Amino acid sequence: MDCTQIRRLLHGYLDQELDLANTTAIDQHLKSCAACKRLFERQSMLRSVVKQQATYYAAPAKLADRIRAEVNRTAANAPARTRRLPWFQFGHWLQLGTAIAATAAVTWIAAFQLNSPSQDELVAEQVISGHARSILTGHLADVASSDQHTVKPWLSSKLDFSPAATDLTTAGFPLVGGRLDYVDNRPVAALVYRHRQHMINLFVWPDPKSDQASPMQTLSKHGYHVLHWTGEGMTYWAISDLNPAEIKTFAETYASAK
Amino acid sequence: MNTREIPGLDQQSRVKRFEEIFVTHLDAAYDLARWLTRDERNAEDVVQEACLRAFKFFDSFHGGNGRAWLLAIVRNTYYSWIEKNQGQLLNVSIDDDTFGANGSDIAALEHDVNDGVDRLMQQEEARRQVNRALEQLPAEFREVIVLRELEEMSYKEIATVAGIPLGTVMSRLARARRLLQEYLRQGTQEP
Repeated sequence: MDCTQIRRLLHGYLDQELDLANTTAIDQHLKSCAACKRLFERQSMLRSVVKQQATYYAAPAKLADRIRAEVNRTAANAPARTRRLPWFQFGHWLQLGTAIAATAAVTWIAAFQLNSPSQDELVAEQVISGHARSILTGHLADVASSDQHTVKPWLSSKLDFSPAATDLTTAGFPLVGGRLDYVDNRPVAALVYRHRQHMINLFVWPDPKSDQASPMQTLSKHGYHVLHWTGEGMTYWAISDLNPAEIKTFAETYASAK
Repeated sequence: MNTREIPGLDQQSRVKRFEEIFVTHLDAAYDLARWLTRDERNAEDVVQEACLRAFKFFDSFHGGNGRAWLLAIVRNTYYSWIEKNQGQLLNVSIDDDTFGANGSDIAALEHDVNDGVDRLMQQEEARRQVNRALEQLPAEFREVIVLRELEEMSYKEIATVAGIPLGTVMSRLARARRLLQEYLRQGTQEP
């Protein structure tokens, strides 16, 4: 490939969306072409500047309630779906047509998702559901306290392990409380922290394979950012709608404080 | 009589299942709407309207990528909203295919060592400048940057949400980044 071809594909390379053959070709080219390499570096830099600096606007607190109320009103006013429409009514066919069109669109969307997920991804999904459920139901803490000497004993009395429940108020992450949850086929501790208006759930449980400290892994899904790490026989999953940099700060603060 | 009650329950569980989806993706929906409308109140209106639309079509959602599904509706809602409210929209011609290996663009970039991006890595007001540059982008470019960099969506997901062919995603991102870089350069040169 010459420079022109490389540059046409550069953004796909940057976004890791190219196939293996093109990726390898560009890898090779960048090793020998200083001009293209420089261009690539500048574009990577631009990307990280945008990712780090552009504001991720979280939804205002009351928006969910307002939408919920509207949806309930719509549902209540909707014509009873039991009413039997004769087959020849035009409206019926119209609805059917819309439904078929929408199904086609959604099936197409769903097709992207069919790669079989790894074990970590399965756990991540459960962690995300656990977090969403706790927010949705307003059930964040079984024991609501910012006092680690209250939260930790409560959790260890319910579980067969004792997670560190350090209050991190000084770092901007006050402890809200603790909760029992169920992830990866076992009861786990969910520690709840707050950062500004955002809630953070930190799921902790023992894992014999986790004796070795592992580097933090990140995953972003459904607008949530998940951080996963292990150490001293425990596995940790932190999740929030905070931006990736802030959730990382949280995880590092927690890991170094305990 | 029973047939009247069962669908009532059905409706209730339908509302519940829908709530789970929209609450999960509410921040993503709001962030996209906020970046598209560039306004808090309007973003809320767009998200609310989009959620009601989504609820109406919810029977046709059989799982899968809930975020892409909802964001596509948010995006469509925004474009119909702006058409209604501002009559005429966007005169920018989105000519994705003319961009690509534009040698002169690239040469200009290479020579401009001090294009401001370096300094943005440290400056305290970087956030303000990046936000402003992003707000200046035409909506078609702004949305792909938001979907890619803030939502971290794949090209396939972006194609779904923005309703453009997969092959167009890369060239549109390339143009968007090029413009963004230009705005940032202008922004950082101001006193």
